[in-house]
Amino acid sequence: MMDAGRHPNITLLTNSEVIGVSGYVGNYNVKVKKNPRYVREDLCVGCLQCIEGCVFKKPRFPDEFNLGLNLRKPIYLPFPQATPQVPLIDPHNCLQLKTGKCKRMCAEKCDRKAIDFEQKEEIQELKVGAIVVATGFKTVDPARIPYYGYGKYPNVYTALEVERLVSATGPTGGEVILRDGRKPESVGIIHCVGSRDERTNRWCSRVCCLYSLKLAHLLKDHTGAQVYNFYIDMRTPGKGYEEFYNKLLEEGVFFIRGRVAEVTDWASEPEEEGKLILRVEDTMIGQVRRIPVDMVVLSVGLEAQPDAAAVSTLFGISRSPDGFFAEAHPKLRPVETNTEGVFLAGCAQGPRDVPDTVAHAGAAASMAIALLNKGEVTISPTTARVDEKLCSACKTCLSVCPYTAITFDAAANVARVNDALCRGCGTCVATCPAGAIQGWHFTTEQINAQIEALLRETKKEAREGVPA
Amino acid sequence: MTEKTFEPRIIGFLCNWCTYTAADTAGVSRMEQPANVDVIRVMCTGRIEPSFILKAFAEGADGVIVSGCHPPGDCHYTNGNFKTFRRMPLLQALLAQFGIEKDRFHWGWISGAEAPRWAQLARDFTEKVRSIGPLNWSRQLANKED
Repeated sequence: MMDAGRHPNITLLTNSEVIGVSGYVGNYNVKVKKNPRYVREDLCVGCLQCIEGCVFKKPRFPDEFNLGLNLRKPIYLPFPQATPQVPLIDPHNCLQLKTGKCKRMCAEKCDRKAIDFEQKEEIQELKVGAIVVATGFKTVDPARIPYYGYGKYPNVYTALEVERLVSATGPTGGEVILRDGRKPESVGIIHCVGSRDERTNRWCSRVCCLYSLKLAHLLKDHTGAQVYNFYIDMRTPGKGYEEFYNKLLEEGVFFIRGRVAEVTDWASEPEEEGKLILRVEDTMIGQVRRIPVDMVVLSVGLEAQPDAAAVSTLFGISRSPDGFFAEAHPKLRPVETNTEGVFLAGCAQGPRDVPDTVAHAGAAASMAIALLNKGEVTISPTTARVDEKLCSACKTCLSVCPYTAITFDAAANVARVNDALCRGCGTCVATCPAGAIQGWHFTTEQINAQIEALLRETKKEAREGVPA
Repeated sequence: MTEKTFEPRIIGFLCNWCTYTAADTAGVSRMEQPANVDVIRVMCTGRIEPSFILKAFAEGADGVIVSGCHPPGDCHYTNGNFKTFRRMPLLQALLAQFGIEKDRFHWGWISGAEAPRWAQLARDFTEKVRSIGPLNWSRQLANKED
């Protein structure tokens, strides 16, 4: 991110969102809304004196980056390596922005006069040739799986929360402590939470086995706790991954094959008092077991972003049944979409780990650059054409085109198809009430001729009166 | 004189990306399927005009299949299958008014990965149409022309 921010050929628009896309391959017009940060990026040098100065002497609001495990102030740097190194103000909690009544200590502290409470959102129009959609994923909300007790028992964590706990820059400085300040003596890591499950998501999220192993290793290393992994299948494809799994087996991490039925605090033995008990069928020994632990980690799976539907409409790309964006071909064209000039990178297309994401993103960037360098595009000849003499200007075709390839020429009073945008699906051809649109290579005459040819014998028999 | 057995003629309009691929795979994998179904490939089921189905019946088809990608997300063209979803039930109602039995027209979804399902549909549908018997539309039309 830092490197991208510094690169002379890369313009990084942070705190921004795409609100409109028009045009076609090589000629996209993208409308970007830049949300106000209330701190001027051109003046700020990142000394962070403003945060110190804030009238809230103590942080009071949940820190999104640390998943609410610690608190922040209304003016904050989202995370230590944030690019640009410029703080921003949260308008929902800042006294000045909320009520207009504040001593504005942050502005006072700022030598460079970078704090600007008057900042408004800006709309920018960009002309681009290609688009790479890399909107990432969302982890499954464990509240959807109530029997694991997330939100009910404080010591049930998601893997991402534990990831912050073990991080040296995290809320505890890398110390793994439970919500009551205790150090866990035993930890249970539940795999496949919201993955490979008919009740939530059916797919394997691909990264959870390995990140669970990593957390098991780190938790054992940081706390010396007994670590149990509860898994359905251990899936460790990739360079060095199986070796890592074997290393953990040697380290003394326990692996129990079975899907955990529930997490409960209902102790049935004295040694279970005050602990979380995992009820699980150990399928290796064919027995139901109760395993008491201090800390439960849910290895949550990956799913599409909640706004994936809106994004797919915005960029005119389709989604696979699992909700992730659909690639043009699952094996041969994993980076392209069916919309020419729009490429996919990373987990927006499906769950994948870091090296695969880097490779995918590299491929997307190369494809975009190759497309732009060529200067021209090869399009399929299977497109729709409007016979302008027949077009009655009803505009029905405009509403059915999934690629907005048809525009209405008001001066000539006809609809026109943009060859670069048209993918040749033929929906408009079937829709046109005047029969004015022809789908090349699939014209009505051609299809009718096929029907006639296929049924020629039948018709002949009927004419000659041969009993059918 | 031996009675000639009735072999139904069935036309299938299949979308290029899902059901046509499934039918292709079924063929390549040598799955057992009757020779009664003749396939016409279109790029998307959204291309299928109801008049194609009527024309097929008029030309002498005993049954027609329309099949494409599973809604909602499978369509190669984002939402062509939705158009089919809207058009085909209307057409089916219309066919009934023309006196064409409901079972002569099948519309549905088979993905590119569901080759066995295509073979099954081809077998089941052929048997179903065989049990209904010939439609004889082409003969009636031929008589009218005479």
